[in-house]
Amino acid sequence: TTPLKFTSDKDNLSLIKTPEQKVISHNNFYEFGAKKNQPAELSQNFKVNPWQLTISGECDNPITLDYDDLTTLFALEERIYRLRCVEAWSMVVPWIGFSLADLLKKVAPNSSAKYVLFETLHDPEQMPGQSDRRLGGGIAYPYVEGLRIDEAMNPLTLMSVGLYGKTLPPQNGAPIRLVVPWKYGFKSIKSIVSIKLVREKPQTTWNKLAANEYGFYANVNPAHDHPRWSQASERRITSGGLFARNRIETLPFNGYGEQVAHMYKNMNLSKYY
Amino acid sequence: MVFTTSHKVLLLKVVIHLAAFLPLLNLYYLAFNDQLGADPVQEVIHFTGIGAFNLLLVTLTVSPIAKRFKQGYLLQVRRLLGLYTFSYAFMHLLNFLVFDLQLAWSLFFNEVVKRPYITIGMIAFVLLTALAITSLDRIKRKMGKSWQSLHNYSYFIAILVSVHFYWSVKSEIISPLFYMVLTVALLAFRYKKIKTLILSIFVKNIRSK
Repeated sequence: TTPLKFTSDKDNLSLIKTPEQKVISHNNFYEFGAKKNQPAELSQNFKVNPWQLTISGECDNPITLDYDDLTTLFALEERIYRLRCVEAWSMVVPWIGFSLADLLKKVAPNSSAKYVLFETLHDPEQMPGQSDRRLGGGIAYPYVEGLRIDEAMNPLTLMSVGLYGKTLPPQNGAPIRLVVPWKYGFKSIKSIVSIKLVREKPQTTWNKLAANEYGFYANVNPAHDHPRWSQASERRITSGGLFARNRIETLPFNGYGEQVAHMYKNMNLSKYY
Repeated sequence: MVFTTSHKVLLLKVVIHLAAFLPLLNLYYLAFNDQLGADPVQEVIHFTGIGAFNLLLVTLTVSPIAKRFKQGYLLQVRRLLGLYTFSYAFMHLLNFLVFDLQLAWSLFFNEVVKRPYITIGMIAFVLLTALAITSLDRIKRKMGKSWQSLHNYSYFIAILVSVHFYWSVKSEIISPLFYMVLTVALLAFRYKKIKTLILSIFVKNIRSK
């Protein structure tokens, strides 16, 4: 990882950040193993340069970015966000990146662009979980995620290229990943090679695997439990060992309701979970 | 000095104590000092859970091996293994309650009732507790024949635990399946006994009707 130039996030300094060492050693990135410590161990030779990210589909100016574009095309800013995993643990991470909205405006979506489809790199030679079923946890590859176009255009939605002041380590989704802070972490797809503007709601990885457990929207919602555990509270991972008193109430939309709740105002959130 | 059977038993017991107790000491030392990965809570829960299952399977392996190789003295370490199984299961539950839920009792009771995988885990734990308590010699003697019927529940516990493990994972079902196969294999050694047990339950039901 190399240092990045960015404007720092002065609005969220009161959030207690998860130590960098924990952010980069506790990852759900099944492409490098389904255990939390495996991605950090098995991804260190992952090649991020050269890289190509294609933005295409229902738009007027499709483009392909290469590795240098990712950090130079837009001014980078730090965003200190809460990250809530569907498994009921959470972190606070100082991401660095740019708004997805800025990127999408550049390709000029047309009126048929109703959803955005994201895809992770598929490279079983570099990503051992994609070829080894035991390592990869039995999910379908390549990993795909999706957002509704208004969600994608929301100012909070971030394309992240770094954390803690430096480019992303591979285990956190280098060289570029999505961060959608009001949704469960699995929506924030890593190591993206393709962003496609589409007409229909896409089939997403975890939703396909277990639709009753992982919805398409996956908005953080303390009132709607995962079938196998409560989502009413969460354990915030900070410093401290076993005795860290870190169980906290989970907030609707992970505390970002003011910025995002309006997008769902006519929806039954226990049906569209 | 002659190496007698009681020496063998003693030696085995020492090995079991070392192999079962030291890893726990090491686990909690690392966890309390925040040296057990980013989320020590998840780590201690998983370690003690899978540890309890391993010990249960080892306990269930003792009698088939003792029979097959005519090493009757092995049966003398079965209680110790069973008690370690219980201890690991107890720590597993305690980790969940104290470190994960942080003594949110209402959440705990809710989860036990609402989540099938936790419910069956809890049933298995209650049964294990019964087996652990009745392992005391005095109680065992008083119970007479019913002691064996109670301890036959160890087979049922093994089935519950394997389902508990299978239902607890998100998508990585290979190791739970592997454990399920091991469990079934160990129960297969007792095919006749288990068949008789199941039949006797049916017979009782028919009589009571």
